[in-house]
Amino acid sequence: MSHSRVTDTFVKIGRVALFLARIGGQCLPALRRPRLVIAQIYNAGARSLIIVMLCGLFVGMVLALQGYDLLQRFGSESALGSAAALGLLKELGPVITALLFAGRAGTSLASEIGLMRATDQLNAMEMMAVDPVRHVVVPRFLGGIIAVPLLTAIFDAIGIFGAQLVGVGLVGVESGSFWSQMQSFVTLSDVNQGIIKSLCFGTACSLMAVYEGFHAEPTAEGVGRATTRTVVSSAILTLLLDYMLTAAYLGS
Amino acid sequence: MSNVNRTLEVGTGLFVLLGFAALAFLTTQLPGSSLKLKREGASIHVTARFDNVGDLKVGAPVTMAGVRIGRVDAVNFDPGEFKAVVSLSIDRRYDHIPDDSDAAIQTSGLLGAKYVGLGPGGATTFLAEGGQIQFTQSAIVLENLVNKLFAGMAGKKDGDAKQ
Repeated sequence: MSHSRVTDTFVKIGRVALFLARIGGQCLPALRRPRLVIAQIYNAGARSLIIVMLCGLFVGMVLALQGYDLLQRFGSESALGSAAALGLLKELGPVITALLFAGRAGTSLASEIGLMRATDQLNAMEMMAVDPVRHVVVPRFLGGIIAVPLLTAIFDAIGIFGAQLVGVGLVGVESGSFWSQMQSFVTLSDVNQGIIKSLCFGTACSLMAVYEGFHAEPTAEGVGRATTRTVVSSAILTLLLDYMLTAAYLGS
Repeated sequence: MSNVNRTLEVGTGLFVLLGFAALAFLTTQLPGSSLKLKREGASIHVTARFDNVGDLKVGAPVTMAGVRIGRVDAVNFDPGEFKAVVSLSIDRRYDHIPDDSDAAIQTSGLLGAKYVGLGPGGATTFLAEGGQIQFTQSAIVLENLVNKLFAGMAGKKDGDAKQ
C-alpha cells in the first residue's frame, strides 16, 4: 500500500514534468496566435485584479501595524518603511499573490479544462487533428505566467500604499523618514528577487492548474477533485519553491 | 461578438498597463534612484555645514522644539573645507526663524534615525531663501563616545594606581 503510494508520487512528478515538456514544445507555435493568450491574460489577470488589490491593501496595512509594534520597542520605528517594503517585495507579495492566483484563477482553469475533458471536447479536437495542448492548455499556461508577476507588482505597490496609510496616517511615523528609509534600504536587486520569485510561482501554479484539469477524470466528481488538487499542489509547490529560492538568494 | 472582444482587449490592456505602472513605481521610486518624484510644497531652502553628519539620510525631518518644520533635501561633501553640506527645506509657514539659530544632528532614540534639530537664536533678522545656518553641532558618534568613556576610565585607574 505505502509502496504503491510512493511510486504514485514518482509517477505524478514524472507526468507533470513530461507535460511541462509537451507544453514547452508548443509555446512558440501558440504565440503565433496571441489573441488566445491575450484572452487568458484577461481571464487570469484582469479578473483577479480586485481581489489582489484588496488583499494587498490589507496586507500592507497589517504589516505596518505589526512592524510598528515591534520596531517601536527598539526606538527604530522610522525603519517601518523599509521593513514593510522589503517584507512585501521579497516575501508576502509573491507568495500571497501566487496563493490568491491559485485560488481565484487556477481553480477556474482546472475546472474549465476538466469540463472540456469530461464533455469530450478535448477528444473531439484530437479527432479533428487539432492539438488541444497547443490550443487550450498553452494559452492558459502562458496567460498565467504573464499575469502573476504583473499581479504581484500591483500587490506590492498597493501594499506599500497601505503601509504608508497606516504607518504615516494612523500610528504616526514621519512621512519623510518612512520614504527615505525605504529608498535607502531597498535596492533594485530586492525588486528583481520578488519578480523572479513571482515568475517561478506563476509558472508552478499555472502548470499545476492545467495539468490537473487536463488529466481530470471525465466525471463531475473528477473535475471537482482536480480543482481541489490544483489548490493543494499549487500552495505546497509555491511555499516549497519560496523556501528554496530564498535560501539560494541569501546563500549567494 | 466584436463588443465582447473589445471589452476583453480594453480590460487586458488596462491590466497590463497597471501592472507595468506598478513595476515602474517599484523599480524607480523605491531604490535610491535619481528619477524620484519630488513631493514639494512652498518652502525656504537653507544650507548648514557640519563636521560630521553621521548617517543622516535625505528626507530626514528638520525639527524645532521637537516639531517637524521641514526636511533634508540633500547631503553633499565640500572638498575644500572637508565638511558636509546639508540642504534643508523649511516650510514657508515658518519664515520667522532667527538667522543665528543653530542646527544640530540628533538621534531619535538611542539607535534611531538621525534628524536635524534647530535651536532658536536671538537675532531679529530671519532665515531667508538661500541662507546659511552658521552655528552647527555634529552628530554624536556613539563609538567615539564609548572610546572616550573607556579612555577616561583607564586614565582614572592609572591615576589611582599612582597615588
